Amino acid sequence: MQERSYIKNIDFLTTTLVIVLILIGILNIFSAEYSEGNTKWIDFSSSVGKQIKWLGVSLLVFVVVMIIDVRFFINLSYPIYVITLLLLVATLLFGNEVAGSKSWLIYGGFSLQPSELAKFGTILALTRFLDTTDVNVSKFRHYSIAFIMVGLPMGLIVLQNDIGSAIVFISLIIVLYRQGLPGFFLFVPLLLAILFILALLVNFLYITGILILVALFIIYLTTNRKRAIAISVASIIFATAFMFSVDYLFTHALQPHQQSRINVLLGKDIDLQGSGYNVHQSLIAIGSGGFSGKGFLNGTQTKFNFIPEQKTDFIFCTIGEEYGLLGSVVLLLLFTSLILRILYLSEKQKFRYTRIFGYGVLSILFVHFAINIGMTLGLFPVIGIPLPFISYGGSSLLGFTLMMSVFLKLELEYRHYFN
Amino acid sequence: MIIHKSRHKVVVFFIIFVGVVFFLRLFFLQVFAEKYKQFAEKNVLSRKIIKPPRGLIYDRNGKILVSNAPVYDLMVIPAQLNLEDASELCDILQITKEEYEEKLSEIKKFSYRKPSIFINNIPLETYGILQERFYEFKGFFVQPESIRKYPYEIAAHVLGYIGEVNKEEIESSEGYYLQGHNIGKSGLEKVYENELRGVYGEKYVLMDVYNTEQGSYLDGELDRPAVTGTNLLSSLDLELQQYAESLLKGKKGSIVAIEPETGEILAIVSSPSYNPSVLYGRDRSMNYNSLAADPDNPLFNRAITAMYPPGSTFKVAMALIGLKEGVIAPSTAYSCPGGYYIGNLRIACHAHASPLNLKQSLTQSCNAYYCHVFRNVIDLNTFPSIYDGYNNWRNDVIEFGLGQKLGVDLFNEAKGILPKTDRYDKIYGRNRWKSTNILSLAIGQAEISLTPLQLANFSAAIANRGYYITPHLVKSYMDEGRQYGKKYEKHLIQMDTSKYRVVIDAMANVPRIGTAIRYGPYFKAYQICGKTGTAQNPHGEDHSVFISFAPKYNPKIAVAAVIENAGQGAHWAAPICFLVTEYYLSEAKPSEGTRWIEDIIIKGVYHPKVIKRVDEITIVQEENATESETITDENSE
Repeated sequence: MQERSYIKNIDFLTTTLVIVLILIGILNIFSAEYSEGNTKWIDFSSSVGKQIKWLGVSLLVFVVVMIIDVRFFINLSYPIYVITLLLLVATLLFGNEVAGSKSWLIYGGFSLQPSELAKFGTILALTRFLDTTDVNVSKFRHYSIAFIMVGLPMGLIVLQNDIGSAIVFISLIIVLYRQGLPGFFLFVPLLLAILFILALLVNFLYITGILILVALFIIYLTTNRKRAIAISVASIIFATAFMFSVDYLFTHALQPHQQSRINVLLGKDIDLQGSGYNVHQSLIAIGSGGFSGKGFLNGTQTKFNFIPEQKTDFIFCTIGEEYGLLGSVVLLLLFTSLILRILYLSEKQKFRYTRIFGYGVLSILFVHFAINIGMTLGLFPVIGIPLPFISYGGSSLLGFTLMMSVFLKLELEYRHYFN
Repeated sequence: MIIHKSRHKVVVFFIIFVGVVFFLRLFFLQVFAEKYKQFAEKNVLSRKIIKPPRGLIYDRNGKILVSNAPVYDLMVIPAQLNLEDASELCDILQITKEEYEEKLSEIKKFSYRKPSIFINNIPLETYGILQERFYEFKGFFVQPESIRKYPYEIAAHVLGYIGEVNKEEIESSEGYYLQGHNIGKSGLEKVYENELRGVYGEKYVLMDVYNTEQGSYLDGELDRPAVTGTNLLSSLDLELQQYAESLLKGKKGSIVAIEPETGEILAIVSSPSYNPSVLYGRDRSMNYNSLAADPDNPLFNRAITAMYPPGSTFKVAMALIGLKEGVIAPSTAYSCPGGYYIGNLRIACHAHASPLNLKQSLTQSCNAYYCHVFRNVIDLNTFPSIYDGYNNWRNDVIEFGLGQKLGVDLFNEAKGILPKTDRYDKIYGRNRWKSTNILSLAIGQAEISLTPLQLANFSAAIANRGYYITPHLVKSYMDEGRQYGKKYEKHLIQMDTSKYRVVIDAMANVPRIGTAIRYGPYFKAYQICGKTGTAQNPHGEDHSVFISFAPKYNPKIAVAAVIENAGQGAHWAAPICFLVTEYYLSEAKPSEGTRWIEDIIIKGVYHPKVIKRVDEITIVQEENATESETITDENSE
């Protein structure tokens, strides 16, 4: 802290992107709710009104974060983590069940989704741990500890039956990967996911055939043939066995309705009454938007409530329908810009804590973005997680604002820090 | 940690990769795939058919015979229900909670999101109560439907009824009718279906996911308003029709009254009849079935479908044909020794003075005279054979509109029976029959049968002295104040007008001094010309037949009546025709001097065996009829 830091020096681009996203969110929540007979903007009983109220609370949080010493968060990383864990436990014990998930703590008129705070707490603790001088996540002992730190809140959230929020934590692998976690942990799950989908789509023997051809080509190219052959044979046997078991499990172990969900997702099946309904309506809304969209408040699918959960998880449909490809691309650009900007600022930081924390924030943002839009576009299973800053929901907005504020403050404080 | 510095590139790659995948997917969805736009339209666009009000039917004086009345169906959309306690609703609807639950669960099985009929045709009072309280019963609403209303509950056979289209009607309409639409099923409703139905309108509306209307599409650019059906101005005279129906209460038979100059049917009655209103509403099918099963066949329109031997009324035609063919002159006289004798054949006649000239023969209804005329016509020596003679005679009969369809604007009009020569060939063999074999035709018996409509039309043709206009029930169409007539064909009878004089003089004498003298003199003010008939039939008592027109000069009304199994024409059909004529022509209706005759007709029971109150199905039951005094002497002859 060689120089005085002023709030006016806070990273302008990031702040602007976040504010624009929040405004887009409010606009579209209004649009999604418009049909329900609500045409007023400032009405605190409406979703827009509530969201604006939460925006006020978030602003307050932002101001508080800017005022207090940022070392408060750094030093209290572990206690905050523990508190969020305790909140998760409390939710499991005393929480209220909403739409099948026991993820809400309701006290008086105040309701909170502790899983949103847990993301923040986990990033803090993980950052603190990775920032410790002698920690090297390429070592088994260290990455095991890191996995446990992430796994604990994840497990509690799974117990709450909120799979969507739990999956989000997996994205923290990105943070670990950046800090030196063996690439194996990032790529093997990815490859397995790809193999999994392929196994369901086509007969696995074809894929095995293709893999053999690829292996032969690689073996031909490499100099250390013995080792390449060994690895190839092992990989191919493993891949084939994996695909066979996926195929077997799919046809023998899964219930028909579970099979249908996966089939719908893979495009092998259309089940409009059941699991396919949301996605089908979502695709109709987005697809009917065309190049330039139907215009603000003119989206018929949006207005007439064809899409369930539109204010929250399926908010992107509104944008797709009312602003078309142009609007959707603008939103994609805004999000990727924000994520890349955080990445850029993090990489620029000499202060390791900020960099790791930044990676934590961008990982969570990225996974929300990817899964949420992926599911509205029918590319990902329907997992109920919100689109950051845009979806209706106070806890989510508050959680993301808190993360962003702390990151911006860290970035501002340690911009000119030299290691 | 510097060694991992380049790893951020992998992360950047992932982020951009996801962004690009999303972009491509969006591009495909929003620019390439047309189907989503169509899906979206299907989702929200709904084409609504707007039913036009059906055309009304008026009587000749502009009084409404058939109108439309709204009925209300209580509809429900189960998805929108949020009623916690249905007991209040049940009270209003006067159903039990169990019935409510049962109905609702049945409807839910059918559709959860689409509107279904909860209770059809709810009473108006219930509708009134509900209307103010619908906000309490979310999910329920009322759908107005239109049914036909008959302010006077008359002329059921003629007006007909409407009902739901059947499969064949939908198929043959080339897309005009849809399931649940109404179509005229009989009577004028059927004949003038194309005029009455109007044109269906269509409206495109945006629907939300609960199938609730959310406004018009493209500001109503594609909407078409419904066009109200054309109103019909019928030729019926409401009051005359009512009166004529009252005269036939408790009797089987029919009355047809025509305005000779125009061919307009003033009244057309078939008894037993029914109240047209019973073919609407909840009990429709039950009522229809009981009407159809009634042995007296109230659904059957006797006036145009039933065929009766014309009896002596046919002598008028015979007289005119004789004059036309020149085989007799007004002065031609034949003696009648109590009948017509040839060989073993005898056609009996009643007692009267003899010999009689043409005029007298009609007035007294002499059978022998017309046997002579018939033989003269058929056996005319200018014809090479009986076939030519018979066919010539037959064509003369047809020219009067007898034994053929007249083309009245109703379905199921009967042709009547006027045998062709091959019929007799079948009975007697080719060239094996002569005029004497078929002599009964001369007095309107045996193989000849005519409908009441043909008799009335024949009477009108005489009244007109040589022509008739196709009898009809619809004078003109009325559209939004615009009235445009229908043209009906004029049929000229190829005969010198002067030849009618003697026949009409004779008919004028029938009520005064002839066979209808029993009641005739009481109506002399109206100069009624008529002819009695007593139609023998193998099924029972003779039918009482009468044709008439009045006044003698410049006639205004021609009436024919056939009363089944009532005996002589003079006793029932004649006074009925007189009363109808009087009712139509007189200012004071009915006049004091003839009220007692009206009493006899209305209250009279002419044949206890066949009396049956067939109006029991009407809503207001009239039970005093069987208690009324019995006139026994009417059948003593």
